[in-house]
Amino acid sequence: MFDDFFVRALFAGIGIAFVTGPLGCFVVWRRLSYFGDTLAHSALLGVTMAYTLDLNIAISVFLISSVIALILIQLQKKTNLPGDALLGLLAHSSLAVGLVVIGFLTFIRFDIMGLLFGDILAVTTDDLLIIWIGGALILLVLKLIWKPLFASTVNYELAEAEGLNPDRAKAIFTILMAAVIAISIKMVGLLLITGMLIIPAAMARNISDSPQKMVLFSIIGGLLSVVLGLYSSLEFNTSSGPSIIAASLVLFILSLFKIKQSIKLKN
Amino acid sequence: MRTENNILVKLHNAGFKQNNKWLVEGVSLTVEKGKIVTLIGPNGSGKSTTAKIALGIYKNIEGNVEKYTNKVGYVPQKISIDWTLPLRVCDFMLLTESISEKDIDEALSLTGVIHLKNKNLGNLSGGEFQRVLIARAISKKPELLVLDEPVQGVDYTGEIALYELIKNISDTLSCGILLISHDLHTVMTATDHVVCLNGHVCCSGSPMDVAKNNEYKALFGEKASQILTVYEHKHDHVHSEEGEIKKN
Repeated sequence: MFDDFFVRALFAGIGIAFVTGPLGCFVVWRRLSYFGDTLAHSALLGVTMAYTLDLNIAISVFLISSVIALILIQLQKKTNLPGDALLGLLAHSSLAVGLVVIGFLTFIRFDIMGLLFGDILAVTTDDLLIIWIGGALILLVLKLIWKPLFASTVNYELAEAEGLNPDRAKAIFTILMAAVIAISIKMVGLLLITGMLIIPAAMARNISDSPQKMVLFSIIGGLLSVVLGLYSSLEFNTSSGPSIIAASLVLFILSLFKIKQSIKLKN
Repeated sequence: MRTENNILVKLHNAGFKQNNKWLVEGVSLTVEKGKIVTLIGPNGSGKSTTAKIALGIYKNIEGNVEKYTNKVGYVPQKISIDWTLPLRVCDFMLLTESISEKDIDEALSLTGVIHLKNKNLGNLSGGEFQRVLIARAISKKPELLVLDEPVQGVDYTGEIALYELIKNISDTLSCGILLISHDLHTVMTATDHVVCLNGHVCCSGSPMDVAKNNEYKALFGEKASQILTVYEHKHDHVHSEEGEIKKN
């Protein structure tokens, strides 16, 4: 069944949507979209490292993104620069360093476009294993830290005062972000991963009135985007990542009508 | 009976410094089971800071804090909740602990906001939200309650009812309460121990002791001292352990 590249892509996308749904909600709630972007940009450096040292791409991206996240946390403590400046600094410098390193690796033929925007043909059965096992682990850990993470998202001091250890939850969540970028980079591409995290969650926000519903709708939105996006990329011969993100944008626009309705109802 | 086991949180010479400025220093106080300790003092005197030291929110403090319980309910003075979160009152009640539906309903009824249970938190008024905050803190049946200006924005009759509720909770759950209040009337009627802060402990003791203290008078004015003396009266009865009234 997994002989067909399209079936592999479909299963990879479905696996990713299950993980980006709940994680994306936290990205929206905690205003972390630029943080996600920064980690994704640094993924290019991870990919070049994978080629140079002959490592698995997902593992090496995960390592590099985690290191970048740790550097960010340190810089936030040590400097007086605002958060967005630090994020920009790390995002673009790691992207630039990654591209410079690629320049040196003349012996490898690089599919830069595939890296930036995702490549449907590139998904192998090994990638599928990484996505599904890695994804299951990410979701399991997220479930374990859900209470402290959610409570501190609502109010840090309440969570801290009532003994939930929000700092630990935040650190673990950062690692989870690096992990989700690592498993989805081949599929969606590093420029569009943040879109996969944010757009279905933003769509879900428009149609939900409780956090649980938002997570559920975010997953459903992601799944629909993957299926719609992949079939249309097959139909119109477009690249997979942009097609998935474009599909999620369509869903987001549809969800806006629901807001209009509820505002009308209130009046 | 004063045993070590009754102590819930104990501050010894505690202080907190931010940007090289002491927010509060040299605070020693003890909250015991079933007792209400009230912090009073002018703005910026370090009341909220002291509460946060007791709760363990501030990490790099001077002196030491011994906390003997993890069952804590907290009503912060300022709470900024991000409305990008779709959050109903009933979701908020479950924020830090999974409590039963019955306990949620009971707590919301006690603070008079059961009708708001399925409302979005962002649509509540200031006073309504304050009642929800109190309900959330008491619903988990904590051993230590820290209430930082718990009735701000609540209407006058509600204020009295809520203070009565707080007093009741301290009796029925026998939990210790650390209360911050601007309302000197309340301080007199319900408190066991008053700590008057002004960057440091300026005086402490029973409400009457504090009212008579000269530093207190200097801080709040002669009038405030008189407010408190209005409440000085002899009790003509005592309560038995079953709650019955016995005449002296």
